[in-house]
Amino acid sequence: MSTDAPPVPGRKDRGARLAELVLRVRELGIVGALVLLFVVTVIMEPRFADADSLRDLLLNASIFAILAVGQTLVIVTRNIDLSVSSVLALSAYFAGSVVSDHPGVPVWALFVMGIGMGMACGLFNGVLSTYGGVPSLVVTLGTLYAFRGLAFLWTDGRQVNAETLPDAFLNLGSGSVLGVPTLSLFAIAVVLVAGWWMRDFRAGRQLYAIGSNPEAARLAGVRSQRLVLLAFVVCGALAGLAGVLFTARFGTVDATAGAGYELTVIAAAVVGGVAIFGGVGTVYGAALGALLLTTITSSLIILKVSAFWQQAAIGALLILAIVLDRVVGVRLESALRQRSARRVA
Amino acid sequence: MTEDATLTVPILELDHAAKSYGAVRALREGTLALCAGEVRALVGENGAGKSTLVKLLAGVERLDAGVMRVDGEDVDFHSPAAARAAGIAVIYQEPTLFPDLSVAENIAMGRHPLRAGRRIDRGVMRRDAQALLDQLGVRLNASRPVRGLSIADQQIVEIAKALSFEARVLIMDEPTAALSGPEVERLFTVVRALQQRGAAVLFISHRLEEVFSICDTATVMRDGAVVHDARIADMTPDDMVRRMVGRDLGALFPKEDTTVGEPVLVAHRLTRENVFTDISFTLHSGEIVALAGLVGAGRSEVARAVFGIDRLDAGHVEVEGRRLPNGRPAAAMAAGIGLVPEDRRQQGLVMDLSITRNVTLTVLRRLSRLGLMRRGSERRVAAEWAERLQLRHHTLDGPVRFLSGGNQQKVVLAKWLARTPKVLMVDEPTRGIDVGTKAEVHRLLSRLAAEGLAVLMVSSELPEVLGMADRVLVMHEGRLTAELSRDEADEETVMRAATGQTHEAAA
Repeated sequence: MSTDAPPVPGRKDRGARLAELVLRVRELGIVGALVLLFVVTVIMEPRFADADSLRDLLLNASIFAILAVGQTLVIVTRNIDLSVSSVLALSAYFAGSVVSDHPGVPVWALFVMGIGMGMACGLFNGVLSTYGGVPSLVVTLGTLYAFRGLAFLWTDGRQVNAETLPDAFLNLGSGSVLGVPTLSLFAIAVVLVAGWWMRDFRAGRQLYAIGSNPEAARLAGVRSQRLVLLAFVVCGALAGLAGVLFTARFGTVDATAGAGYELTVIAAAVVGGVAIFGGVGTVYGAALGALLLTTITSSLIILKVSAFWQQAAIGALLILAIVLDRVVGVRLESALRQRSARRVA
Repeated sequence: MTEDATLTVPILELDHAAKSYGAVRALREGTLALCAGEVRALVGENGAGKSTLVKLLAGVERLDAGVMRVDGEDVDFHSPAAARAAGIAVIYQEPTLFPDLSVAENIAMGRHPLRAGRRIDRGVMRRDAQALLDQLGVRLNASRPVRGLSIADQQIVEIAKALSFEARVLIMDEPTAALSGPEVERLFTVVRALQQRGAAVLFISHRLEEVFSICDTATVMRDGAVVHDARIADMTPDDMVRRMVGRDLGALFPKEDTTVGEPVLVAHRLTRENVFTDISFTLHSGEIVALAGLVGAGRSEVARAVFGIDRLDAGHVEVEGRRLPNGRPAAAMAAGIGLVPEDRRQQGLVMDLSITRNVTLTVLRRLSRLGLMRRGSERRVAAEWAERLQLRHHTLDGPVRFLSGGNQQKVVLAKWLARTPKVLMVDEPTRGIDVGTKAEVHRLLSRLAAEGLAVLMVSSELPEVLGMADRVLVMHEGRLTAELSRDEADEETVMRAATGQTHEAAA
């Protein structure tokens, strides 16, 4: 009987190694796809590797990466936030209009206002989804329209123009530090902090627990409602941050700002290995997914491929990622199961 | 109250507790005391209120009336966390783990060891978990994910979890239901060690032999109330069963004599790599054949493969001389095979559908006209089977989720019987079912066999195997090690074959 034999110390179980390997490979796979895509594009069109082109690439990816991090927090808990693009629009217009009307407002105050507005939206989503007991898919589908509607009411057809924005603010969107765009520094900071928090802190781990098995989380004394609410608020805050950065980057903001971003962001998270039913995935993967999706778009544009193909390419990638995850998941599970069964037998 | 309870303050005490769900009074009178170093059995039929009582102790539900005390002080658990903080650990029948997280993280969830800056200390977390698993004498790596672990292993993780916060009170809700013989023994060793350290254990089980082997005291519940409280030494199993059901059970295994008819199903050298090898047997109409063995021997897998859920790597199945295509459940059903799976919640029922809908799922084609369901016929079929199986229910339209385990099992049986199958395979037909309903299920299987059905019964309960089967097939590590007639089969011959000591038991 194998049961009374003590494990050999220092020898790692193959099941554990296997699982770890798959997770690593998942993120390495995206990096690999990115490198491949980049190299192929550069070979066909060397201009793709220009400093300007690279800068644009990073700038485009940054806002999506920030949104994808927030989305990951929510998806990991087996919820979803469809409203992020509308929150972005509200916050972007808020920041833009405040600074246009009161040019003396310090830049940090704009961030506080934009993030605060995002948090308020996230709080609304979160409270309805947790304490209200309404599925988050429904809640945020509603607020996707409602927040966007608010943006239209508020802007009333007006728009914020780059001329009315102070240079200090616009520089955030176009400037760079040591060659790295400032916007990307924001994104990198967000990814690193969120990744660290989700890996090394109790609350972060508990988000995974909630998504993996909500009932078990409750029985383990995890305060699920509070934590899911927190995830929504953080997601809202990051959408707010993304909104302020959106204004700084593009200068021109109206009520349609960021329309349609929500699906790109969810696609980025899923491509990056975040399981849509929760419990699995990292913010690093999601951010890499965002980078991959924007790189594909830029690459197809520079290669002068029609816009319809761009959409199709993203769709194909999404399906490929999901199919791959599924195949690998099934293989892994059966490998782990046999390992467990063999020991008991 | 036991004598001990009057001498020392119990760690955990429930005094005249009551709990209702809407109009249903699930617990009318719950009085129970757990003292240090005591292993107390909580027995009763399903629906007697045991689960409700456990939920109160676990902080999952709150009392409507009565008092709960820990160390003599009144407490009111408003959450599972509060109960846990008071040192109460519950090991549920169904493992409540996080499949995506590692074993170590499952054990540590909510109480991760921290280092500077409130960060999680992974090294310590893994070492602590590994130490606990080693202490339990299990070869299980703390770093691997829980996904893919057998139910037996998942239970071990649950137990390690409870041990990790040095619980003073351990409530085990049918922990042994999915464990094999050696694993049960190992669990009992752990329980005794906990007992030595002064913990109190509340042990819930339908297996009375376990209750009598491990427990010091017993609380018997019936119809939402505690009806008896005594030392095990002062009770007999018959006595206990009588108090649980409130009546004499008569013969526990009402096996009718049957005349064995023609062969219906022939399994020819079935093999599925790494799972089972070279399994051949024949089922005749009118007989009940038990497939016995330890958990993990591959019995359920054989049934699944015969039904076509899993593909066979070699061998084939014939029904009435016609060979079944490999891996096609629909063909197996068309040939007249039914499979009542082990896990009725996940595999046997659609929990949110009504009794009617569940029963008629297998006969939708027969009950529809031009692709549209005929409601009247649907209701008639369901009502007929509910009547024949003595299903206890309020309405046929209510979701099966709210039925007791025994009644859910009857719905699964009805679902297959509605097809009037020739062969019925039942996997652990009475797992988690109370004594009274168990006998009803047994009587039903026996009567069906007498009517000419061929029954293959996978069972881990030896009394059930010996009491019900005309013939016993025994599996060990994926191989058939014995085929015993009703006269040859006894505890010794079956156990010897199940543990692989086949020198004289092999047929």
